[in-house]
Amino acid sequence: MPGLGASFGRGGATQFVQDMANADCIIIQGSNMAECHPVAYQWVTEAKLRGARVLHIDPRFTRTSATADRHVPLRVGSDVIFLGAIINYVLTHELYFAEYVRAFTNGPTLINEDYADTEDLDGLFSGYDPERGAYDLKSWAYATADDGDGDGDTDGKVGEAGAEEHGVEKREAAAGDQHGSGGPALEHARVLRDDTMTDPRCVLQILRRHYSRYTPEMVEQACGVSAEDFAYVVDSLVTNSGRDRTTCFAYAVGWTQHTLGAQFIRTASILQLLMGNIGRPGGGIMALRGHASIQGSTDIPTLFNLLPGYLPMPYAGRHDTFEHYLTSIASKQQKGFWVNADAYAINLLKAWWGDAATADNSWAFDYLPRINGSHNTYATVMGMLEDTVEGYFLLGQNPAVGSSNGRMQRMGMAHLKWLVVRDLQLIESATFWKDGPEIATGELRTEDIGTEVFFLPAASYAEKEGTFTQTQRLLQWRHKAVAPPGQSRSELHFFHELGKKIRARLADSTDPRDRPLLDLTWDYPEDEHGDPDAHAVLQEINGRYLTGDKAGELLPAFVEMKADGSTSGGCWIYTGVYAGGVNRAASRKPDAEQSWVSPEWGWAWPANRRILYNRASADPEGRPWSERKAYVWWDADKASWVGHDVPDFPVTKDPAYRPEPGTGGVAGLAGDDPFIMQADGKGWLFAPKGMVDGPLPTHYEPQESPVVNPLYGQQANPARMVYKRKDNLSAPSGTRPGADVYPYVATTYRLTEHHTAGGMSRWLPYLAELQPAFFCEVSPELAAERGLENGGWATIISPRAAVEARVLVTERMTPMTISGRQLHQIGLPYHWGVGGSDAVVSGDSANDLLGVTLDPNVAIQESKASSCDIRAGRRPTGEALLRLINEYQSRAGLTVETGNTLLTGGDEADR
Amino acid sequence: MDGSHKARRALPTLLDWPVVRQVRDGDFLGRGRAVTSPTTRSQTARTKTADRVVQSICPYCAVGCGQKIFVKDEKIVQIEGDPDSPISRGRLCPKGSASEQLVNSPVRQTQVLYRAPHATEWTTLDLDQATDMIADRFLETRRRTWQDTDEDGRLLARTMGIASLGGATLDNEENYLIKKLFTAAGAIQIENQARI
Repeated sequence: MPGLGASFGRGGATQFVQDMANADCIIIQGSNMAECHPVAYQWVTEAKLRGARVLHIDPRFTRTSATADRHVPLRVGSDVIFLGAIINYVLTHELYFAEYVRAFTNGPTLINEDYADTEDLDGLFSGYDPERGAYDLKSWAYATADDGDGDGDTDGKVGEAGAEEHGVEKREAAAGDQHGSGGPALEHARVLRDDTMTDPRCVLQILRRHYSRYTPEMVEQACGVSAEDFAYVVDSLVTNSGRDRTTCFAYAVGWTQHTLGAQFIRTASILQLLMGNIGRPGGGIMALRGHASIQGSTDIPTLFNLLPGYLPMPYAGRHDTFEHYLTSIASKQQKGFWVNADAYAINLLKAWWGDAATADNSWAFDYLPRINGSHNTYATVMGMLEDTVEGYFLLGQNPAVGSSNGRMQRMGMAHLKWLVVRDLQLIESATFWKDGPEIATGELRTEDIGTEVFFLPAASYAEKEGTFTQTQRLLQWRHKAVAPPGQSRSELHFFHELGKKIRARLADSTDPRDRPLLDLTWDYPEDEHGDPDAHAVLQEINGRYLTGDKAGELLPAFVEMKADGSTSGGCWIYTGVYAGGVNRAASRKPDAEQSWVSPEWGWAWPANRRILYNRASADPEGRPWSERKAYVWWDADKASWVGHDVPDFPVTKDPAYRPEPGTGGVAGLAGDDPFIMQADGKGWLFAPKGMVDGPLPTHYEPQESPVVNPLYGQQANPARMVYKRKDNLSAPSGTRPGADVYPYVATTYRLTEHHTAGGMSRWLPYLAELQPAFFCEVSPELAAERGLENGGWATIISPRAAVEARVLVTERMTPMTISGRQLHQIGLPYHWGVGGSDAVVSGDSANDLLGVTLDPNVAIQESKASSCDIRAGRRPTGEALLRLINEYQSRAGLTVETGNTLLTGGDEADR
Repeated sequence: MDGSHKARRALPTLLDWPVVRQVRDGDFLGRGRAVTSPTTRSQTARTKTADRVVQSICPYCAVGCGQKIFVKDEKIVQIEGDPDSPISRGRLCPKGSASEQLVNSPVRQTQVLYRAPHATEWTTLDLDQATDMIADRFLETRRRTWQDTDEDGRLLARTMGIASLGGATLDNEENYLIKKLFTAAGAIQIENQARI
């Protein structure tokens, strides 16, 4: 998400899936779209029928590859080298869209003189702090002649809005998540520019130097991609980008689940900006997601570090006052719509605490609890093991199967005092205490587990009404078909009831800590079954006028939100979904009766805009780049932006408009600043803020890799989050002793017929029959090397676990030649689990193999690359299984330090 | 069905020869009505006899395909793709097509279950009783693990004793109430699949 957010100002997919049909070239990398999003893939097929070229760049040959014009197999985790080499190529050969780059990106912007690149520091950027294992971001700042405080002194850098935060602080807050609907904050936008883009300190020149060693030869050596394949990809992109043609990228968790996952997405963002493919039909970056409302659950976040609308959770010591909190989100001197974050925050507090939120108490800001570390889901599980976490709710998620290091998950749950599981079926996380893998190995005994478990049956999606927010930021209302069976209830019902019971128990409390609960607005109307009215909740989210003539009316747009307590709204980016009292998420004008943009089907945030940054679909003067790619343009007669979509720009702002220097906010946006949520209005090739592991994507090897980083002495991401624990050991990498004990690379993935940890698929006979068993995909060469037989059993061993799977020997897996050595990759679908009741199929879980090492921007684990061994036959059972895992660990000489040294530059032995 | 149809069925004639039926019905490829048996013709699709059709959205991935849910006698009898959806144009993948089995699964749990500490089996509970017990434990843990300030005296106002996981399969309105209630209670360790 920050990969997109730091580049463009919003973290969501830049377009909608139907728009992929307008692409002249589609590059799918980090996704198996045809199998994981088959119905959306019809738009790729549609594009192909219209003559588009489709490329699939992926370690595995899949149905996406089969339907693409070409499949380019690539070594797991080498994507930054591959894309970086394309960046280098288009810069070296002057093939980028210069006019777009000059006008709409920060390519001409100057970076301050203290900045030093990974090319200068052997894989580190300036500002690395070895003590804290993180970067101080100050030296990556934009240059300025004026620091904006009026005293005439300047250190030459555009600082952050508010107090400067160290990278370690941002990492703890997973601060990258905050760029979901607003880019990184700057203290002001008075940057220095060189429109010739020749100044050695301008971003475009830094970019040239940064990627100068990312060559086709490096791609061949490190990604395992032939020079011919590379040239084909470059040619496809270059000939299908420009005024008259556009290329689209699509990715999924094949990019996000790495220790530098956010930087993979940044690399594609840079490339798409260079080629002028953002904000235009058939362009963009399609982020494909695997859960019905995964975009919604970050917009209205069930996440530790966010409040609705990507406002940060306040952090103790940094946001101790409301003023400190607000100034850290955005400065009034920066450009764009994020300067109104004060209004968005106050409206949220008014929605939650009503009359109890007043100007005098800073709108009840101190009712918000404070975070002060990375309270991510993995840290929470470690908290269970330390007995600091007592109670746990599982709401349609099955971590015993779906989370990395499944053993740690299950052992953690066995430490809980109480556990509430709300699901449709008795998933493995509900029954681990009687039939989990650790019961079988003897590590846990049912009678010894003190966890009290409540299983509450949940209503299905068809038995309740409400909205999902899809991958294209689209809210779609679902009508209720029938009542939920038996004691099943929706989460809406359960949490409303729980809230009522909690508040009733505290009704007489005088303890100040209970005020936030007692003052909470919690009076939703109920129907005859006691179900709270989901419409009322969506209306609260949309927001209302509280005073004046319109008091009680629903807000039509977030620009109506005021910072004086006269309006309220629970999630500013969703304001407008209930404009005029009409539930626009329920709009269902049939496809055939409206334009191809389909503005009257559902409602997309923000303001029903379907392609974001669409002002960039017109040239700096506001004319379409070409007739063929016309989308939104300036109509001088009407003095307005018009076109096929809602303009993602102030609608009457003339393209020729230039603000007085120093103007902040919306008025500060020039007529050629299409990135209205960015602090300088531009697309960021270089991210001076917003990314904690570098302003530019740089290749690092995964936490576990048999390959020595071919570019730098620094082996892996020096800012990644490591957890040094005996229950979370890592394999040695590169040439380190013991690396050969786990010589193969495993990568996990999904199948069409199953859904994540299987709770919604392994209990269904149709789906279970189609994909009955856990299997591993291996190449014929690896099968020969290890004596594996197609259809037989194999045991896969990692430093954390050993699992068994059926063997699928297939040429779909390509052995790679990396630096002259053959490297084998193993594909592992991860949908099965051991335990649970009544599942039609079960089996070992691939996630048990994985460790917990996280991307520092977003605290996402590296599921897509890990080291393992494979051997023929089934795994042992009982205690013998533990002995097998231990035998490997001791043969490799693993300790909690193995693989966890952050700084490895220059010392070959440390890699 | 009109009278002439009945007459033909009652008295098989040359007109009922498959090839003649194909030509007569214009089903030249023999993939439609011409090759249906009387038994098939006597059956009616569940979608035709449903009491009502409700527009919904597929619950699996985030593409957001449109679904039509067919209800008869207050039971879901079929779930199909919604041709009106500009995203999916009526199509569903294997998972979406299996949605009816998701909601009507014969092994679906509809009873509250309870496992006491150290117990080896489930017992049942009443829903309201279970919610009461959860509310009690929630408040007890919150009380026991409450943190007013950090070691430097800065406001924390929270509990680290309560956590939650899940939300990416839930509705926005549900996530909103979950975040709102937990935040007001000081429970901050709220996470979902988006982290994973």
